[in-house]
Amino acid sequence: MSKQRIIVVGNGMVGHRFIENLVDSPSADSLDVITFSEEPRLAYDRVQLSAYFSGSTADDLALTSEGYYQENGVNYVLNDKVVSINKSKKYVVTASGREEKYDKLILATGSYPFVPPIPGKDQDHCLVYRTIEDLEAITHSAETSKVGVVVGGGLLGLEAASALTNLGLETHVVEFAPRLMAVQLDEGGGKLLRRKIEDLGLTVHTEKNTQEIVAGENCRYRMNFADGSFLETDMVLFSAGIRPQDELAREFDLKMGERGGIVINNQCQTSDENIYAIGECALWDGRIFGLVAPGYTMAKVAVSHITGGTEEFTGADMSTKLKLLGVDVASIGDAHGNTPGAQSYVYTDEVNEVYKRLVVSEDNTRLLGAVLVGDVEVYGNLLQFKLNDMALPDNPEALIAPSVGDAPVMGMDALPDAAQICSCYDVSKGAICSAVQNGCTDVGAVKTETSAATGCGGCAAMVKQVVDSELASLGIEVNNNLCEHFDYSRQELADIIRIKGITTFDELLSEYGTGLGCEICKPTAGSILASYGNEYILKKEHIGLQDTNDIYLGNMQKDGTYSVVPRVPGGEITPEKLIVLGEVAKEYDLYTKVTGGQRIDLFGAQLHELPDIWRQLIDAGFETGHAYGKSLRTVKSCVGSTWCRYGVQDSLSMTIAIEDRYKGLRSPHKVKMAVSGCTRECAEAQSKDVGIIATENGWNLYVCGNGGMRPRHADLFATDLDDETLIKYIDRFFMFYIRTADRLQRTSVWLENLEGGLDYLKEVIIDDKLGICGELESEMTKVIGTYQCEWKTTIEDPEKLKRFSHFINADEPDSNLAFVKTRGQRRPATEEEKITAIEVVE
Amino acid sequence: MSTAISTEWVSICPVEDLLANTGLCALHEGEQVAIYKINPCEEYSQNFLYAISNYDPIGKANVLSRGILGNIGNHLVVASPLYKQHFDLFSGECLEDPEHRVKTYEVRCFNDEIQLKKSAQ
Ligand SMILES: Cc1cc2nc3c(=O)[nH]c(=O)nc-3n(C[C@H](O)[C@H](O)[C@H](O)COP(=O)(O)OP(=O)(O)OC[C@H]3O[C@@H](n4cnc5c(N)ncnc54)[C@H](O)[C@@H]3O)c2cc1C
Ligand code: HEM
Ligand code: SF4
Ligand code: SF4
Ligand code: FES
Repeated sequence: MSKQRIIVVGNGMVGHRFIENLVDSPSADSLDVITFSEEPRLAYDRVQLSAYFSGSTADDLALTSEGYYQENGVNYVLNDKVVSINKSKKYVVTASGREEKYDKLILATGSYPFVPPIPGKDQDHCLVYRTIEDLEAITHSAETSKVGVVVGGGLLGLEAASALTNLGLETHVVEFAPRLMAVQLDEGGGKLLRRKIEDLGLTVHTEKNTQEIVAGENCRYRMNFADGSFLETDMVLFSAGIRPQDELAREFDLKMGERGGIVINNQCQTSDENIYAIGECALWDGRIFGLVAPGYTMAKVAVSHITGGTEEFTGADMSTKLKLLGVDVASIGDAHGNTPGAQSYVYTDEVNEVYKRLVVSEDNTRLLGAVLVGDVEVYGNLLQFKLNDMALPDNPEALIAPSVGDAPVMGMDALPDAAQICSCYDVSKGAICSAVQNGCTDVGAVKTETSAATGCGGCAAMVKQVVDSELASLGIEVNNNLCEHFDYSRQELADIIRIKGITTFDELLSEYGTGLGCEICKPTAGSILASYGNEYILKKEHIGLQDTNDIYLGNMQKDGTYSVVPRVPGGEITPEKLIVLGEVAKEYDLYTKVTGGQRIDLFGAQLHELPDIWRQLIDAGFETGHAYGKSLRTVKSCVGSTWCRYGVQDSLSMTIAIEDRYKGLRSPHKVKMAVSGCTRECAEAQSKDVGIIATENGWNLYVCGNGGMRPRHADLFATDLDDETLIKYIDRFFMFYIRTADRLQRTSVWLENLEGGLDYLKEVIIDDKLGICGELESEMTKVIGTYQCEWKTTIEDPEKLKRFSHFINADEPDSNLAFVKTRGQRRPATEEEKITAIEVVE
Repeated sequence: MSTAISTEWVSICPVEDLLANTGLCALHEGEQVAIYKINPCEEYSQNFLYAISNYDPIGKANVLSRGILGNIGNHLVVASPLYKQHFDLFSGECLEDPEHRVKTYEVRCFNDEIQLKKSAQ
């Protein structure tokens, strides 16, 4: 029997999901599949597109690989658009002139960004936000732009605005409607969102109708609005909605909606029974679904119909939860309370910037919709009430009220088994429970088994609740164990090691653990052992515990080479030492960069070069910078009263003294410090784990700040301290953190989870409420007394040096390494560059 | 004296050069081989030496010899030092992504030397 021929037009998220489902179906062998993509690559995760700006590459975003398609016998053609359909003879033609016959044709052409017909919209630096190529264009344009405007304050527009901000542009959002995210949010929610976004430095302009884009005076362009006002900008990013990509249907006469979209029935068939439409190009019951989950459901339904199944598409829920510019926002069902008789509960907290609204039915028993801004923790629960039409508790307002005492949590038992928990992968509560019953005892295992929470991740909290509740009902205790080898948390292990005086991992494992250990518990134990014992970490008992970077005393880079970061306390360096750094970098051809930690990072050193490099550095008076360790990184500083006209204390001497005191201190996560010489705060001490700011009378101490993904300003802990008291408090603070924090918990998160918070921390460290300050201080004294420069110890031991070669049995370097020159220095070659380089040689 | 043995196996280095619970990399027949020494532990292995390819197919670099050893369930594994996927030391299979499987090699300790088996010609 000849195989049934299936053509999928468009290899986007939904087209790819369709193919995956088809490959997994029992009839896969009797099908012959070919897909065409207009884009130059196979499907990627458009939902996570913005991650491109935070470092994800096109490869990271890929949903599949050419290998997967080849293995499963799926033919694919990239960079070729389908331009015509012959419905009676059942074949399609592509832009390159290729003709292919089909038995079933799947249109998964997605949508395209709508650009309002504004004069001037087609100029350079007027862009859209949909594909990887769009993002490349945006990045490129940002290089020569200072100001960026996003046209459209909807969901996507705000995401785009966030991207522009990340690219360093002064960002404006221009919205036609009177509020942001008008579709999903009500007035109160939109208002709060606006306030939060403006706090982040963006400017929001509502009720603005752009009339034209003309040349600007101070910027590249000027946007003139209907009300006579204007805005100058270097870049315009349109995000004014999407339109279904339905040109094939239009030209080749498939039934269309009045305002576009390819009409489909419950089986996802178009007006031609052999042609299906799925995803954002499809119009069902007069509606387009601009989210990926409904598209996935359509893919499933179409596969089912083609392979003889009976599934139907009956609409989809459009609730959303997302983080925009770090602000949590969620909208469920009828957010505006448009249902006749609908009533609302509203909770507003202007201090903490939280807004929540519940829309309930006339009789107060069913949830119709909700809006959440600033705190979306209840989203999962509320969504389940809505989707399963469950009866609300007697006091529904308690669902959104701040938890005074016990908030009514929705017992997971109340949820029907059919309730969908993960919409990305259509995983029901029942499926998760049965995975747990079949031996998945933690969320990780359930994720692997069911795929739940591996898409957008929005359901992760809910999945955990279901898993925990199922475990509890099976009588299995829910734990915060470090890993499968230890039934203890990091804090408990730290107590065990400290109190029992344990000095090796083997001892710990044989008395308190099982198995052989893993990459979670070994470095954790290694770090605790180092915090209390502070032995040389490459000692034979400890070496196998050390994480990627520690084990060769350098940060491993993506190609397997290492970085070299000598300590430069306070960033103060003599010209002589600076010259040595330069000479070493030159000799070994190391890429050289000044870090944000006021020191110099040399990249690209190979294993066998590390000892020679460090020998030269140590001879010149340098020490290891512990850039590789979960330990003290740097103490940042300003010059303070020695040079600065404003300085009131000698911040530099203090910096050097404390960097010297705490260098090498191993801790649950890295810790950073800074000292500023006066209140102008040039060293940015309030963004550090420990920040010190000089006052007329001494030092103010700040604790538990950090920058990064979730920045947190440090809290003022004590004021006007003298040198001695300052050091005493820091000693106690660090050792208390080391004793009680979880693995990889920064001081900020640690403080947030510490019962009693900052006040409690002050009681412990200033008032010695627990009576442990003596112990904490002597532990610190011991660590400081046993400090050694790990590189110095290493280069003095020929046995240890044996490990620093790529091959144990040959002197050659790693043959896979390849470098390319950029701006006068070398960097690792990309995979593509390696391939072309090899071709040139052969 | 047995000449057959010396032609089938190649000596790499003295066994004491490899510290317990760590790995090293050998150049063997033009390929990079990661060799590991596990603390003998009945439950998981009778052997204490394992050898797999040094190339991490996910991180795309020759680094597997520098990963942390351990077990996940009843798999004896090394965690890639780049992105921490686990590779089974018996089969070479990546536990997180079985599509990826690295080559395994026969390894032994003979006269206090670590030896790798030559591939059949
Ligand atoms: C920045 C951004 C963020 C988003 N965030 C979310 C989110 O958080 N949650 C959510 O649910 N959704 C989100 N979405 C929407 C989601 O990405 C879409 O719903 C989903 O991608 C739709 O899948 P699709 O396959 O229908 O269309 P697409 O993924 O657009 O795929 C269609 C493909 O078909 C190709 N094509 C079109 N015509 C032809 C032709 N004639 N021949 C060959 N190929 C053709 C196109 O080039 C494209 O590659 C977001 C979208 C963007 C842009
Ligand atoms: C978990 C998130 C983070 C990871 C995984 C990470 C990773 C790294 C790595 C690998 C290096 C060393 C580069 C090298 O020498 O090879 C580095 C250096 C650095 N990072 Fe991060 N980083 C993180 C978060 C942050 C944050 C939040 C900040 C500041 C707000 C920051 C600031 C720095 C600075 C200043 C340096 C140079 C430090 C030095 O001089 O040694 N990092 N980071
Ligand atoms: S140094 Fe930090 S911010 Fe930069 S790429 Fe590495 S992890 Fe990301
Ligand atoms: S913090 Fe004060 S002392 Fe330090 S450089 Fe700035 S102004 Fe000068
Ligand atoms: S809902 Fe997106 S991963 Fe579950």
